[in-house]
Amino acid sequence: MQTPTLLALLLLLVLAVYGTGFSRALGAARSLGGVRNLASLPSYYGLFAALWCGLPALLLLGAWIAFDDAVIRAMVLGSLPDKPDTPSGQNLLYAQIQNLSAGHLIGEKTPQLQSAADYLNRLRHNSSNLQAFLSLTLAVGLAAFALLRCSPKLCAREKVEKVLRAILVACACAAIFTTVGILLSVLFESLRFFQSVPVSEFLFGLHWSPQMALRADQVGSSGAFGAVPLFTGTLMVSAIAMFVAVPVGLMAAIYLAEYASRRVRALAKPILEILAGVPTVVYGFFAALTVAPFIRDLATSVGLQASSESALAAGLVMGIMIIPFVSSLSDDVINAVPQSLRDGALGLGSTRSETVRKVVIPAALPGIVGGVLLAVSRAIGETMIVVMAAGLAANLTANPLESVTTVTVQIVTLLVGDQEFDSPKTLAAFALGLMLFISTLVLNFIALHVVKKYREQYD
Amino acid sequence: MTDLTQAQVRERIAKRLASRHRKEKLFRGLGIASIAFGVLAVVILFSDIISKGSGAFMQTAIQLQVHYDAQVLGIDTVDDESLAWANFSGVIRQALRERFPSATGRSAKRELYSLVSSGAPFTLRDRLADNPKLLGGSETVWLAADDDVDTFVKSLKGSEAGFRGRTSDQKAGWIEQLLGSGELKKRFNTTFFTNGDSREPEQAGIRAALMGSLFTLLVTLTLSFPIGVAAAIYLEEYAPKNRWTDLIEVNINNLAAVPSIVFGLLGLAIFINFFELPRSAPLVGGLVLTLMTLPTIIISSRAALKAVPPSIREAAMGMGASRMQVVFHHVLPLAMPGMLTGAIIGMAQALGETAPLLMIGMVAFIVDVPGGITDPATVLPVQIFLWADSPERAFVERTSAAIMVLLSVLIVMNTCAVLLRKKLERRW
Amino acid sequence: MSTMTLDASARTEAAQAELLGVESVAHSAEVRKTVGRPFIEIAKLRMRDVNVCYGEIQAIHSVSLDIGCNEVVAMIGPSGCGKSTFLRCLNRMNDTIEGCRVEGELSLDGEPIYGPKVDVVPLRARVGMVFQKPNPFPKSIYENVAYGPKIHGIASRRAELDEIVENSLHRAGLWNEVKDRLNKPGTGLSGGQQQRLCIARAIAVSPEVILMDEPCSALDPIATARIEELIDELRANYTIAIVTHSMQQAARVSQRTAYFHLGHLVEVNDTETVFTNPEHELTEAYITGRFG
Repeated sequence: MQTPTLLALLLLLVLAVYGTGFSRALGAARSLGGVRNLASLPSYYGLFAALWCGLPALLLLGAWIAFDDAVIRAMVLGSLPDKPDTPSGQNLLYAQIQNLSAGHLIGEKTPQLQSAADYLNRLRHNSSNLQAFLSLTLAVGLAAFALLRCSPKLCAREKVEKVLRAILVACACAAIFTTVGILLSVLFESLRFFQSVPVSEFLFGLHWSPQMALRADQVGSSGAFGAVPLFTGTLMVSAIAMFVAVPVGLMAAIYLAEYASRRVRALAKPILEILAGVPTVVYGFFAALTVAPFIRDLATSVGLQASSESALAAGLVMGIMIIPFVSSLSDDVINAVPQSLRDGALGLGSTRSETVRKVVIPAALPGIVGGVLLAVSRAIGETMIVVMAAGLAANLTANPLESVTTVTVQIVTLLVGDQEFDSPKTLAAFALGLMLFISTLVLNFIALHVVKKYREQYD
Repeated sequence: MTDLTQAQVRERIAKRLASRHRKEKLFRGLGIASIAFGVLAVVILFSDIISKGSGAFMQTAIQLQVHYDAQVLGIDTVDDESLAWANFSGVIRQALRERFPSATGRSAKRELYSLVSSGAPFTLRDRLADNPKLLGGSETVWLAADDDVDTFVKSLKGSEAGFRGRTSDQKAGWIEQLLGSGELKKRFNTTFFTNGDSREPEQAGIRAALMGSLFTLLVTLTLSFPIGVAAAIYLEEYAPKNRWTDLIEVNINNLAAVPSIVFGLLGLAIFINFFELPRSAPLVGGLVLTLMTLPTIIISSRAALKAVPPSIREAAMGMGASRMQVVFHHVLPLAMPGMLTGAIIGMAQALGETAPLLMIGMVAFIVDVPGGITDPATVLPVQIFLWADSPERAFVERTSAAIMVLLSVLIVMNTCAVLLRKKLERRW
Repeated sequence: MSTMTLDASARTEAAQAELLGVESVAHSAEVRKTVGRPFIEIAKLRMRDVNVCYGEIQAIHSVSLDIGCNEVVAMIGPSGCGKSTFLRCLNRMNDTIEGCRVEGELSLDGEPIYGPKVDVVPLRARVGMVFQKPNPFPKSIYENVAYGPKIHGIASRRAELDEIVENSLHRAGLWNEVKDRLNKPGTGLSGGQQQRLCIARAIAVSPEVILMDEPCSALDPIATARIEELIDELRANYTIAIVTHSMQQAARVSQRTAYFHLGHLVEVNDTETVFTNPEHELTEAYITGRFG
């Protein structure tokens, strides 16, 4: 049976069980002289039975779908008398068997492979039948059990609420699972990477060229994984972006919070927020096709050499993207400074700008710093703009007119397309991902902490 | 003690007034300049995209008198099999040769044939399939021109020479001749909305990408909204204040600021590599985007729950309602508008996201329109990324047009969010 | 946001005023003209027919009043009567509230306070202000007091600045308590000390007039007594206008008292007269506690 049909069947079953539980409870109530003589409302009896019916069956189904492929694969490979030892060899063999079972013929066909493919088809067939049989049996059995347990004295509401509460807790823990998932996925692959490339070389090496040779005698065969050029490139692009975003964003926030009339605020704020809603790929396109050529022409006209993909173009556009981020965070922070401080300064005869520069900004500084740190972490992790406009060449340079590459660009280039999960080239992307995750995590952690402390100060 | 008299103080204050007011003006000017910079950036960005992309909604087409000659086609009856083998390019070539008899010699003919899109034979095939009686007869049809022709025609403005690219003088002459006689026109580009991706710009469309985006968003919405709301309810209404809750909170806030590409790595390593879900599928894309938008939805849902005044909870509790009943009967309905607003904003964010989807293979060249959540697909932003990389000039135009479509969808979503907030959100 | 909340509170104050007005239509006819002694011969501050509106709502109706040199004038009245609004007109602090319009003649030593050519910066240096809630800047005690002289460029040398700070703290009666911790943050002081720090901050720029907007409402009785003493000492050098909620306080510190009611100035008289023999029945009703 197909999974969608099975799901639909389960759903119908659950609805039927709910109805049965509900109407039985109503019947019992009638003979007892009213719903008030039941321990819970009839709908809770229905829910109680429905939960028993649906939940375990769904869990079983989920586990089955998640693990059946792996189990089948192990069984098929186990049935073969002579199989390769390396994981990649096994992958290849299994792919061949899969192709064969699907009816595509690629490469030679040996009787052994054919029998393995037949075995695979049989197993798949059995698995889907077994899955349907087991989950439906479980659903029906538990539903019957639950319906039998239903009695006017059973406090169904409490039981239902307990289950619902457990579901709520599980959902709240999704964030933790995600973090753990991220950590595990980047950590494991990174560890594998560091088995073939030493950590010190990765962190301090000055040369990055991740192309692995296909043959041992190829030129430049070794592949170099020194990530320093990527780190400097990332830093340069982020620095340019912050150089644009921080002054503009901060001044815009100050103007809107301290000077602008209500009408100007109502007009300018949404316009600036449009910048935050534009997808990054659009900025990337804008940077690559409009800003970069413009900068190149400008540089050429003043006699400078600029490459067509420059750190400056990427950084500039990234800065524009981050302006609303900085300005809305600073706006919150500036507005949290109590008006009484402004009144105090103005009452002494400060001009508006003196009030802002000498009283409001110093008071808001921790919050602003926190906001800027969050913006930096955003700039470091930004991908599309740099992929499209900063280039691929791992130059170790301080010239913003040259093309540089960043950590995120390299992750994308290393992982787009078909990958082998055991070449250092692919694994390097995960090591870079680990670096990215750790650095943004630290930045976010500090920033959120600073902002939180700041808010407590004026609450 | 040298006490300053009030008069002395007045004098000293007066002396510095002018320079202080100058600084004030400067500061204010900087503020205005910053706002102007931001507004200017919006204006330049939008006008640049619109000026580049508006052309793509029109497509150059050539009017030809085609003769469905059974001999040229190499078929005698019209059925599925014969249509698949029939030589429709031969028909088009014949029509072109008839229109321009002057073109002789191999290279001239090749030039001539390249006036019409390589997708034009399929147009003829569909027409014949719809109306089998045409076999042996002839009709006048508009066929899509090749992208070089399209680019050339669109760049013609007044007396200026157009963008030539690969267009030779001879070809340019033909084009001008056709233009003069009205046999070459710009018509509304339906292909752009009905086709999937293609290597040929004049045949490339965004339908597949749009459907891919739709399926991906469906998966994201069905997962992230219930989970996010449930998490918010737990954290806001139930969670005791302890280490574990703090840990969850810190985690959510941190995840909201983790770069999206890291979620892509997670998807690649866990969903594709470990669980062996299909590559390039909206299912996996939706799962990754769910994890990515979850923090946004949780945070905004919590804000919505927090905005419901405690007096309502107390009133319901006072009637003897259980905690769960209080939440589901009273608090949740009141907080729903705020939660929906948050969900729309989260979906808009997911719709514009590109980087994590590159990691899980949604970047492949996919022509077919996906029919379900496990079919290989791409999404609109990735399509834009792919087209932006293509060398043909005509793709620049299509990229910008796709961006315009994406931005309009986003604007509609955000407007809905704003309107919803204005309409339904109650101020306490 | 804080501007907005302040704006909003001012609005509600005005709205309250209007609400109350509906209830006491009978009174409003009687307060057309201020009774008592609003005018004096040599006035430091001279106000004539002052009207203040927040948008559509009028908060002050045609108030005329003189404040003389080296006297303390107390302004009392039920909440929402416009006394704070009126006080904030005198150094144009109302400018910071959007939609607030002030009409009428206001002058300081004969020079207009409102007008297109008037610069608020030197004006506010001459007319200082102390607010309801102590609002020291989140800086050191020294920096708090030195702030005004610094921005105005009053001290030419560091030593001069030190002297101004010390003098001001002396006059505010705070020197002995803080002389050993001038570099500690001003926000670490007690409420009463913070308010005296704010007074020191205000007098550091040698103002001529000090406006006090319920300066003791956030303080305990001991700190209040300390501030009241201080006001009495300050009278020797400064003109003081104080808004207060407490009639006892007005009686203790002021020479003249002005009673405001729903945006009208009802009565101005010597403090003793107001509290012992009020001319207007509304004043009498208020000081005998029949409303307020």
